[in-house]
Amino acid sequence: MTATTSAAAGAEQALRPHAEEAFAAELGALAAADDRPRPARWKLSPWAVATYLLGGTLPDGTVVTPKYVGPRRIVEVAVTTLATDRALLLLGVPGTAKTWVSEHLAAAISGDSTLLVQGTAGTPEEAIRYGWNYAQLLTHGPSRDALVHSPVMRAMAEGRIARVEELTRIPADVQDSLITILSEKTLPIPELGTETQAVSGFNLIATANDRDRGVNDLSSALRRRFNTVVLPLPASAEDEVEIVSRRVGQIGAGLDLPAAPRGADEIRRVVTVFRELRGGVTEDGRTKVKSPSGTLSTAEAISVVTNGLALAAHFGDGVLRAGDIAAGILGAVVRDPAADRLIWQEYLETVVRERDGWKDFYRACREVSS
Amino acid sequence: MTARTAADAAATRPALGGATAEGAAATATGGEGAGAGFRAAVEGVDAVDRAAATAVARAAGAAEAAEDVVLLGVRHHGPGSARAVLAALEAYRPQAVLIEGPPEADVLVGLAGDPAMRPPVALLAHVVDDPARAAFWPFAEFSPEWVALRWATKAGAEVRFIDLPAAHSLALRPATGEDPATDPGAAPGGSGPEAAAAADVRVDPLAVLAETAGYDDPERWWEDAVEHRGGTADGSPDSGDPLAPFAALAEAMGAIRAIHGDGGHLQDPVREAHMRLRLREARRAYERTAVVCGAWHVPALAARTAVAADRQLLKGLPKAKVETTWVPWTHRRLARASGYGAGIDSPGWYRHLFTAADRPVTRWMTKVAGLLREEDLPVSSAHVIEAVRLADTLAAMRGRPLAGLGETTDAIRAVMCEGSDVPLALIRDRLVVGDVLGEVPPDAPAVPLARDLARQQRTLRLKPEALERELDLDLRKDTDAARSRLLHRLVLLGIGWGEPARGRDSKGTFRETWRLRWEPELAVRVAEAGIWGTTVVAAATARASDAAVHSATLAEVTATAEACLLADLPDALPVVMRVLADRAALDTDVAHLAAALPALVRAVRYGDVRGTDSAALGEVAAGLALRISVGLPPACSGLDADGAAAMRAHVDEVHRAVALLPDPALRDRWAAALRSVAERDGGIPGLLRGAAARLLRDDGRLDAEEAARLMGLALSAGTGPAESAGWIEGFLAGGGMLLVHDEKLLALVDGWLAGVPAAAFDDVLPLLRRTFAEFEPGVRRTVGELVRRGPSAGRRPGGAGAEPGLPGFGATLDPARADAAAHTVRLLLGTTTTTDLGTQGEGEADDD
Repeated sequence: MTATTSAAAGAEQALRPHAEEAFAAELGALAAADDRPRPARWKLSPWAVATYLLGGTLPDGTVVTPKYVGPRRIVEVAVTTLATDRALLLLGVPGTAKTWVSEHLAAAISGDSTLLVQGTAGTPEEAIRYGWNYAQLLTHGPSRDALVHSPVMRAMAEGRIARVEELTRIPADVQDSLITILSEKTLPIPELGTETQAVSGFNLIATANDRDRGVNDLSSALRRRFNTVVLPLPASAEDEVEIVSRRVGQIGAGLDLPAAPRGADEIRRVVTVFRELRGGVTEDGRTKVKSPSGTLSTAEAISVVTNGLALAAHFGDGVLRAGDIAAGILGAVVRDPAADRLIWQEYLETVVRERDGWKDFYRACREVSS
Repeated sequence: MTARTAADAAATRPALGGATAEGAAATATGGEGAGAGFRAAVEGVDAVDRAAATAVARAAGAAEAAEDVVLLGVRHHGPGSARAVLAALEAYRPQAVLIEGPPEADVLVGLAGDPAMRPPVALLAHVVDDPARAAFWPFAEFSPEWVALRWATKAGAEVRFIDLPAAHSLALRPATGEDPATDPGAAPGGSGPEAAAAADVRVDPLAVLAETAGYDDPERWWEDAVEHRGGTADGSPDSGDPLAPFAALAEAMGAIRAIHGDGGHLQDPVREAHMRLRLREARRAYERTAVVCGAWHVPALAARTAVAADRQLLKGLPKAKVETTWVPWTHRRLARASGYGAGIDSPGWYRHLFTAADRPVTRWMTKVAGLLREEDLPVSSAHVIEAVRLADTLAAMRGRPLAGLGETTDAIRAVMCEGSDVPLALIRDRLVVGDVLGEVPPDAPAVPLARDLARQQRTLRLKPEALERELDLDLRKDTDAARSRLLHRLVLLGIGWGEPARGRDSKGTFRETWRLRWEPELAVRVAEAGIWGTTVVAAATARASDAAVHSATLAEVTATAEACLLADLPDALPVVMRVLADRAALDTDVAHLAAALPALVRAVRYGDVRGTDSAALGEVAAGLALRISVGLPPACSGLDADGAAAMRAHVDEVHRAVALLPDPALRDRWAAALRSVAERDGGIPGLLRGAAARLLRDDGRLDAEEAARLMGLALSAGTGPAESAGWIEGFLAGGGMLLVHDEKLLALVDGWLAGVPAAAFDDVLPLLRRTFAEFEPGVRRTVGELVRRGPSAGRRPGGAGAEPGLPGFGATLDPARADAAAHTVRLLLGTTTTTDLGTQGEGEADDD
């Protein structure tokens, strides 16, 4: 998700408006219909926030579109967590709409999804606490005016929801500066001998990727401050095929790849293979298979299909065929050359080979595997 | 409310008339009725017209202590109901307590007060000469019926069971065909497919009430309206009149039944007629009577009907001779639909709700934290606090009066488990369901399993005798086959009456020999095995399914599969096969798979011999063989000497097993795997490569040229001597005739041996010695002869060496060189030992 500075671009010109702008009408209707108790500084009651995310029809006939398609309980736990004083940690493999959910939660609760810290390996402590305006500091000496507030600090002062993206990418020592904020709800400013205390309504949503290696795991002290919600991969094959086709269509259009009308079968195959290997059981539920070490997320399925499309467009006959996706699948599945290769071969021999209408796929895969 | 048959009753009885066609289907939901009025009563508000409620309540005989009867409608296994029943009984203090259950069990009531009796237990009623027709009425600590029973035995009140006698209901059963799928594999802990599909067509009173109240899930509605009512902050069950809720419930049920009639529960009128008659008797005998029954029946019991009409309904019912007893039960078995037709999937949680003194959610979270800590997951008190808060907030958001199992589970997942479902599965298994096992006093009547066994012993003329004797069975004869099945089933059940012995003539698969000996303690084993089922076949089926599910290794599962075929337990096979296929798919160790295959292939063949359908088994075996073929080459690499030896044994076994499988494509795949082992040079021990080459050679898949090439590779100078010796061992282990017939190979071995450096020779010698020692003496001698004759072979045709002299051999014997080699050859042939190293002699002459 790209955050555009709202000052620079008006709502009309923005490539991608913020959630609270894009769905202002729905939020307004919900606020009008919402007669349930709201926690301090919340724009909506928890129930209305859940409705905003999951969709529904209001008494006045306004249709609220679903923002998140998935288990209701996940959204309920997430919203409820934000109403307590625990922070919310959204976990999940890439492509499970963590950022999307956090943006919409913040938009619905605070009416503002822009208090955002993007976590990277280089995120400094200033991004979470505060920085200094050195010109001001030099001319007027240390004072509150010389402080540069971080998004978290602003959220504390205004009683809003702050968001931290990719929390586990942030170096451990910087992560831990969140502990005081989350447990004491205060941000000390020792240089001025003062502090910023959070007012009610403040809370924090962090997102993190739980399958990546080489990230900075949360210290247990910090972890304890979060309630964790794991966002699952799409529940049904239909959902996933739909998501993949839609995204592939969008990406394909962006790359000026020719549309592949007959590629739907291959997309279904890729999704089926990914789901079966990921879930450890065939779609008919009759045979168990081993799972490889890769994540095999929906996002990877999308990239396999997109690659295949590019192959088909530039080197093939423009129609997505088994041969175009075989190599991509192999690359996605076999991450650990020894163990995964065996798993893949076993899957090919025991599942794919037997399957009706998959002969070409089997042959293509064997070709690239050997 | 109908108990389910606990075994695969042969549904061969004649139909008993149309009226009963769906009679036994009156089940599953029949007893679960609850009251919308109850909910209203709980919330103390609206919806119920008070006046009407009182009127109906009076009619239902529930509201006023002056009445001589109170009807306590409950939900079976509902802790909230149980608590309310207890309060009502304490307040009303009846002289007689009538409970929904088989009247035959009246004589067993005394046992309920026995301190050795610990719930969960079940009342078991079974037809005397057909124990397979049996029904269970399980009671947990938190069952309202159990609470009433215990209260009555303590207070000295009379207890009677008032449901339709099991004599009738069991006699009705087979004719109705109600029970086609009831899993006899009711293995504790097993999770066989629920046979609960029955309930959906008929009206579910609970669902109607829940829907009316705006709930999509009747269970949740029950929890909110009834089960949680005792969970107020101070923990006091109810502040008002303890009988009032039952009146409201009765009224709600009355409304439901007014609309839906008998709801398709065709047997209900008969049962309710019987209940009414028993109720009348009790009324005449006692001043105060309390009835504990499923809420659904309350309006029917309150209705005023003519005695004659009730009698008429009960006339002419079929009857069976029935016996009852108490059997221990488990929480896991409560989790499935059973006697009261009310399977509950969270008995542990209900038990907690019932036993927790106050603050059930807090106490539950503490329990969970304790469990997680035992499993070394760090959970602090702060976690517990946060989990409780989250659960409460969630409940508030979902509009529920108190956090239920759903909220607590969500909270535990988010706070204590870091979003992971893995610890949750543990919590579900240990706490939500729980491992509670009931106990029954030893003086409870004998279990039907013992009767069934005795009956079969009579029919098969197999007397239990303490004296050991041997029994030869010819499986082609029906009686002997039945005897064999019985003995195999008993072995599965851990009742070691017969022990399979190796027969004198072990060649035919249609013969079996058993050593029989009946020890007194076997009677105890039989009683213990009673938990698995009411007949030998049902118990063995349940036991086998359970063994498969809980077995540690793949080989154990295949052994169980084999046992299932031997014991002819077709109903256990699907479960075992399922487990087998799953295990095989997930097992990464080819050695495990290989260990499992032979038994499986044997089982397929037994199945063929005995005419059992083993197609499914064959499929699994084929799948297993395929997986082994795929995994073999990688599994062979990087093994040390011991590992290689173990793997070679597996390779041999699998090779034999694969040869018995019908599919030629599988054999081709296996051969391809062997070839890849034989031809791969790096990493795989010589022993395995040699063995693979030999197996291929024996099958004719490797011609002489190829074999010679492989041997040449293995024995060439670039290969270490130990490695080469290993190869020879693997290659020649299958017998030495190959060397006799193919002198080219012999020449290769000979040439290599001569080229082994002195330093390495000592290392190589034991391996070679071992290899050659396994040859048959004749072969050994022939090889010796060939080597002795060596180059002269061409000039002395006849014997084994019919071919002319081979390249690499001289024209004549060189005595000096021959003498030098003779001793070595003797060592190889085992005609002398290393201690004789110094003595050179003409030993070969003796050999000839």
